[in-house]
Amino acid sequence: MTEVSARHVSQSYGDNKVLENVNLDVGDKEFCAMFGASGCGKSTFLRILLSQEQPKGGEVFIDGEPIASEPGRDRGVVFQRYSVFSHLSVIENLILATEFDQAPMFGRLFGQKRKKAMESVEHMLEDVGLTAARNNYPMELSGGMQQRLAIAQALLRKPKILLLDEPFGALDPGTRANMHEILLKLWRDTSMTVFMVTHDLEEGFKLGTRLVVFDKTRWDPDFPNAYGATIVHDVSLDQSAESAEVKARIRDQLSQSQTRRPREEKDDEAN
Amino acid sequence: MASSYLTAIPFIILIVAYFTASHIRLSENPNDKLLPSIEKFGAAINRLAFEEDRRTGQYTLWVDTGASLARLGMGIGISTAIGLILGIAIGLIPYIRSTLAPLVAVISLIPPLAILPILFIIFGLGEVAKVVLIIIGITPFLIRDLSQRVMEIPIEQIVKAQTLGANSWQIITRLALPQVLPRLISAVRLSLGPAWLYLISSEAIAATAGMGYRIFLVRRYLAMDVIIPYVVWITVLAFLLDYLLRFISRRSFKWMGGEATTL
Repeated sequence: MTEVSARHVSQSYGDNKVLENVNLDVGDKEFCAMFGASGCGKSTFLRILLSQEQPKGGEVFIDGEPIASEPGRDRGVVFQRYSVFSHLSVIENLILATEFDQAPMFGRLFGQKRKKAMESVEHMLEDVGLTAARNNYPMELSGGMQQRLAIAQALLRKPKILLLDEPFGALDPGTRANMHEILLKLWRDTSMTVFMVTHDLEEGFKLGTRLVVFDKTRWDPDFPNAYGATIVHDVSLDQSAESAEVKARIRDQLSQSQTRRPREEKDDEAN
Repeated sequence: MASSYLTAIPFIILIVAYFTASHIRLSENPNDKLLPSIEKFGAAINRLAFEEDRRTGQYTLWVDTGASLARLGMGIGISTAIGLILGIAIGLIPYIRSTLAPLVAVISLIPPLAILPILFIIFGLGEVAKVVLIIIGITPFLIRDLSQRVMEIPIEQIVKAQTLGANSWQIITRLALPQVLPRLISAVRLSLGPAWLYLISSEAIAATAGMGYRIFLVRRYLAMDVIIPYVVWITVLAFLLDYLLRFISRRSFKWMGGEATTL
């Protein structure tokens, strides 16, 4: 059982308000896609869920308990980049979590124990199709293979919650579709609650059981950072019949909000 | 293969140029000391390396080499250890960074040779002052270079390690340390030049053995037949040390691909 709830979460950096009054309840085994324009605070919200940063206001609960103040093993993460350890081979990346557990002092296993740890990740290597690349270093892998490794590494920890920060953003479309299949299969096989930040609405619809959209509800043209974003749409994606209509509504909303943005912010987005 | 011939060409030209000039000078004045002939070099090398010194009963070259390398090794070894520990601490822990980083920056600006007299006064004229000079000379650079590298480790990697269950110590041993080791070796390689400089300088001023001592001792007899072989020998040793570190780097850090093999 994993239920995540955010209550009145807000975040700001100096005068720059990023999030305001974000409320969200996500149930067990949900796949919650978080969508919005660049700079709308969806990644900030993910970092708060991860405890990589603390919110200025509000609280986040997992199963009714406030979340730990530091990132920990109950929440796995895959970032767009730098998710795997470049100085470790594929198999070494995968046994790292076991090594952290079993060797508190140096985090390193030797001999029989190491062999056993390697055998225990064999099935995961196969699931993500990296058996042949087991002894390669990340820099020898393609972008898609690196992200598969990152997902496998996070899943082996068996986290209650998996957080994905645009994990497929840097991949080409073909690889991305392939990654979607692998991720969906792994998600169905486990009992995790997944949060995924995406800037691709189609991706959100394809993968999520739930789609939340972040945007600003108030706008001050003289002080563009005076108000933060909050959740403006929260859609359950079970009824596929409506999806076309829902998509159109979300796009409409976002394009309206785009036109209100000052020139330089649009330029930022292009980057 | 062709490139190794190309490498040899400038060396051959230099050697030929030297002995030509030496020959010209010696045919004008057989007692000229400035550019000794190959026979004189042979005799000097033989006397210093393969014959016991009549006064001390020691093989001078090897005693000098041993003394210098011991100082250099100790200086570089201690500097590396301090550089690694403080570099990781400063790069990883914000409190230590704000406390120590400015101090290290200021110390790195002190010209080490300017405080050599202070070292001689505090530590005496023995080994300690010479080793400390090397340490003061290269450690600030090592600390700054390594802490910079540690700070370049993406925050994502540290967060990821935490989500995999790593404690702070494991983040150091399994993430920070292996990530900075290649940089450590290249930083030590860059420090070899300054380390030799401080070694020779301190030996020149006060020592009873060592290559710098010997060179400056025989300078007053214009003994170029000793000085030049010593300089060549120091160069060979410096090259071998550098080569050794480069070899270790290339063998140990396959994960960096080509990056560890450059320079």
